[in-house]
Amino acid sequence: MKYAYYPGCSLSSTGVEYDISTKKVAESLGIELWEIPEWNCCGASSAHLTDHLLALALPARNLAIAEEKGLDVAIPCAACYARCKATEVEVKDSKEMQKTISEVIERQYTGKAQARALLDVFVNDLGLQSISTLVNKPLKDLKVVSYYGCLLVRPPRLGFDDAEDPQSMDKLIEALGGTPVDWAFKTECCGAAHATTKSEVGFPMIEKILTAAKEAGADCIATACPLCMSNLDMRQTQVGAKYGKNYSLPVFYFTELMGIALGLNPEELGISKHFVDALGIVKKLNEAAGRRDTA
Amino acid sequence: MERIELTAAWAEGQEVLAEVTKESGVRASKCYQCGKCTAGCPVAFAMDKTPREIMRLVQLGLMDEALQSQTIWLCASCDTCSTRCPREVDIARMMETLRIIAKRKGFVAEKKMDLFHDLFLKSVEKNGRVHELGLILGFNIYGMQPLKDAHFGPSMLLKGKLSPLPHTIKDNGEVKKIFANVRKRGGKL
Amino acid sequence: MKRVGVFVCHCGTNISAAVDCEKVAENAKSFPGVAYSTDYKYMCAEPGQELIKKAIKEQKLDRIVVASCSPRMHEPTFRRCIESGGLNAYLLEMANIREHCSWVHPDDKERATIKATDLVKMAVAKVMQNEALVRSTIPITKRALVIGGGIAGIQAALDIANAGHIVDVVEKEPSIGGRMAQVDKTFPTLDCSACILTPKMVDVANHPNVNLITYSEIEKVEGYVGNFDVTIRKKARSVDLKACTGCGTCIQKCPTKVPSEFEMEMMDRKAIFTPFPQAIPNKPVIDRESCRYFKSGKCGVCQKVCPTNAVDFTQEDELVTERYGAIVAATGFDLFDDSVYGEYGYGKYKDVITGLHFERLLNASGPTMGKIKRPSDGKIPQNVVFIKCVGSRDEAKGKAYCSKTCCMYTAKHATLVREKIKDSNAYVFYMDVRTPGKGYDEFYTRTTDQYGAKYIRGRVSKIYEKGDKLIVWGEDTLLGRPVEIEADMVVLATAMVAKADAAKLAQMVGFSYDQNNFYTEAHPKLAPVETHTAGVFLAGACQGPKDIPESVAQASAAAVKVCGLLSKEEMPTEPIISAVNEAICSGCGMCVPVCPYTAIDLKVIQERVHGKTVSRKIANVNSGLCQGCGACTVACRSAALNLKHFTNEQILAEVDALCL
Repeated sequence: MKYAYYPGCSLSSTGVEYDISTKKVAESLGIELWEIPEWNCCGASSAHLTDHLLALALPARNLAIAEEKGLDVAIPCAACYARCKATEVEVKDSKEMQKTISEVIERQYTGKAQARALLDVFVNDLGLQSISTLVNKPLKDLKVVSYYGCLLVRPPRLGFDDAEDPQSMDKLIEALGGTPVDWAFKTECCGAAHATTKSEVGFPMIEKILTAAKEAGADCIATACPLCMSNLDMRQTQVGAKYGKNYSLPVFYFTELMGIALGLNPEELGISKHFVDALGIVKKLNEAAGRRDTA
Repeated sequence: MERIELTAAWAEGQEVLAEVTKESGVRASKCYQCGKCTAGCPVAFAMDKTPREIMRLVQLGLMDEALQSQTIWLCASCDTCSTRCPREVDIARMMETLRIIAKRKGFVAEKKMDLFHDLFLKSVEKNGRVHELGLILGFNIYGMQPLKDAHFGPSMLLKGKLSPLPHTIKDNGEVKKIFANVRKRGGKL
Repeated sequence: MKRVGVFVCHCGTNISAAVDCEKVAENAKSFPGVAYSTDYKYMCAEPGQELIKKAIKEQKLDRIVVASCSPRMHEPTFRRCIESGGLNAYLLEMANIREHCSWVHPDDKERATIKATDLVKMAVAKVMQNEALVRSTIPITKRALVIGGGIAGIQAALDIANAGHIVDVVEKEPSIGGRMAQVDKTFPTLDCSACILTPKMVDVANHPNVNLITYSEIEKVEGYVGNFDVTIRKKARSVDLKACTGCGTCIQKCPTKVPSEFEMEMMDRKAIFTPFPQAIPNKPVIDRESCRYFKSGKCGVCQKVCPTNAVDFTQEDELVTERYGAIVAATGFDLFDDSVYGEYGYGKYKDVITGLHFERLLNASGPTMGKIKRPSDGKIPQNVVFIKCVGSRDEAKGKAYCSKTCCMYTAKHATLVREKIKDSNAYVFYMDVRTPGKGYDEFYTRTTDQYGAKYIRGRVSKIYEKGDKLIVWGEDTLLGRPVEIEADMVVLATAMVAKADAAKLAQMVGFSYDQNNFYTEAHPKLAPVETHTAGVFLAGACQGPKDIPESVAQASAAAVKVCGLLSKEEMPTEPIISAVNEAICSGCGMCVPVCPYTAIDLKVIQERVHGKTVSRKIANVNSGLCQGCGACTVACRSAALNLKHFTNEQILAEVDALCL
């Protein structure tokens, strides 16, 4: 299995551990990722608020490079995925738009190279069966709420999962030996667009999600988006302070949880880079496994 | 509250309404004002007008009021409204288009957000990618809040999450050309 | 010399606003064969018809063209008109200058007038070729079939039977009664549904002219108006209805419990069961899919305990064929599947239910003995939220149409919540409140004013569980603010949809249905209970969402149509049927399998060729069965088959008139 790989800007800075864990996990699973050389920013989430054509053209360049190689594009970041998918669909829907975009990027893009969410690739191309057979450190008793965020499964006609009650990440957690916890905030927006520019709007949105996860009885949150990660992880203490709460909820990229279950070193997966301590819970998981082994 | 003379307002709003309809592809007349958009909107609590009210203003041609609203800037583009709309109106797309047109007409109700997006795209045009540290610093300086979120800085640098210098891609100016070509086609960037 | 009269109708302004009718009439004067041409404001009205009759006499006209609306609308009118003027009815042609012209080209009068002129020119060319046709008659079978034993079917059957005709009611379920049997109280009077339905069920069961055929389905329908041959599959009941006394011992002793469909799966029934206590016939049936005996061969308890030896595991489905003069379709409706609303969590959260579930919770013989209790934990809810238009008026996830009954039954539900639960709150999320019925708006006003239900204008976007509460997110669009309610129970006013197998039945009988699979009436205003298929009538919600009074009224209307038909000994047939030119028919038989009405077979004829008698096969059209569809004329390779009134020559004359 081979895909073009589009990490996006966040994965080379705030979400660097998503990039690291993606690459390590893909390697363990035998998926070849060909990183698009000299890829550019897809414009999320500013271009589409400024100019529609620019918002379509920026992702198109990356897709066009992948198309030349004959590869679909695996995209970990939910925001990048949403923008790339929007371009793919508009190009497929309209020959005129295809022409316009190809002229703007001065490359040919016909919509043949598809934008694929990394989660979709793992769950639906590789398959849960194949993943579970490779699990050697199951996430036993780890209660995980899957947080898909707002961009991964919308709009419904483009989605690879149900837009209201998506299941793919939950099923993945199950395949990794963990306990998926159902909750009602799987697709509620965390307000990443506002955390930096207008925190008084962004913070209540983060607060609601963290509280819901806590009330659902989760040990941790799994996510597929670096913007959600910054919001829920980096700002967790800040939001907690504002609302007088101590959530202590580690947030993982789903790729990190996959890495742990596949037996990779948590440090090497980049888990030490989180703001809310996530290594502790992994350590506990390993200790419990150790006890089970000796008993 | 001030009484609105609807006939005159309708006539006055026609031009912008046509512009919005053409650019967004969204027909506001399809909306039957059920409020499901607002009911599920995660940002509605902070808005000066609910998303449904924005649709209503557009339906009646009260374009200036729609364009001057904070709501169109506060929309987080999460698509919850469009996903659930029983009339299949793409409300999020409408918000996006209203914001683009508001900027074009100089109605910017949320100056800081606008600034952020400008700096973001400048960074992309210059380097091909976003330089997050530069963006945040720039935003905080131009936004007159130099110490905002500064406490994250050191640990981010330590964790290898922020690089002090921008990464510029070697794309032979392709990204700059994309910006130039969009401008050539009338894009106001 | 043929003398054609042309009569151009203005249809008020329906035609004349877009077409210059006077000019069309003037232009027509120059067409070959036209002896007289005029226009008039309302040709179908009495003075218009008189105008035609007078002209026939004075101008010695022998064939007529009326340029007006669709022949579907007024062809019978004008045929009668020229018949009473002394002409054969088939020497009439209609040029449809309304539906085909003025209504579709409202903005270009000049070109619409040219088109109307062309349509008239074609009609004149055709009428010049028309021949007088004579109707024959067929006998009528004096027996009616009602498909569906809900309130509409029951009412139709009673009315037909009371008029003295024999009627069979075929019901798919083990009992008659339908949806109304599931309903607790009826609006706007709040009288008990069972109290008004069950006496009617008994009446229909005891009526000497009615045969109830329950647990049965229509298998095949052949024939035509007056003589439908219908094959009915009587499903194996596994209980001998004659021997069974309905004592219920078998039900008591049956060890297998399954969720009861009648109780919306909120209560169990046995594998041998009657759907509800007042069922008719009040004799059980074995659900073979859940019965232990049929699944594993073991058990047989019901058979052992039956005092009259009525349980018969060896029973098989039985096919019976009966001939009917008329059919009433009264097959009712299904509920929309609310689980497509992921945001409402229907099917996931136990206390998010449909209105029909709520009816059962209200009902004294239902799962909670009439106490409103939550399905999840049996607690009495304090805050009940109702959401209207779930599946209705929703193109994205449901149906575009309004289900018509929900506004009223939701008002009823809200009233009953306030009446039955002390200190309760009833919140109703609505988009519009539609109450056009006698006493309906007054009922709704009482719901808010007297009973204090709180109506909130807005659609709900999301429901989720928090502890043992359901959090409901909506917008109060009158306030312009998002609102939240901590509810104990949520009731969805679920859309009425066509039965899952509605299309199948329509195809079998041969009548039309709309994009939502509701059966199509022949005319939305003037023929609301007829179908386009003669002899087939509609009653109740199979035609579109309806409440009880409307279903009953429509059922009685359908019954009148049936009685009108059955009151005659015989009926005239349409002479527009296929005819074989025996001289050129090669007897290839291509037409035989093409005919959808099995009206064509091959017969052997003797003829003299060069002084010798030879026999050969040719096609033979049964004039009673032929419906004049014309399929055979297209299939015929030697053009020996021709459809009367639409012959090749007549059609070509029209084409020539337009193109030459």
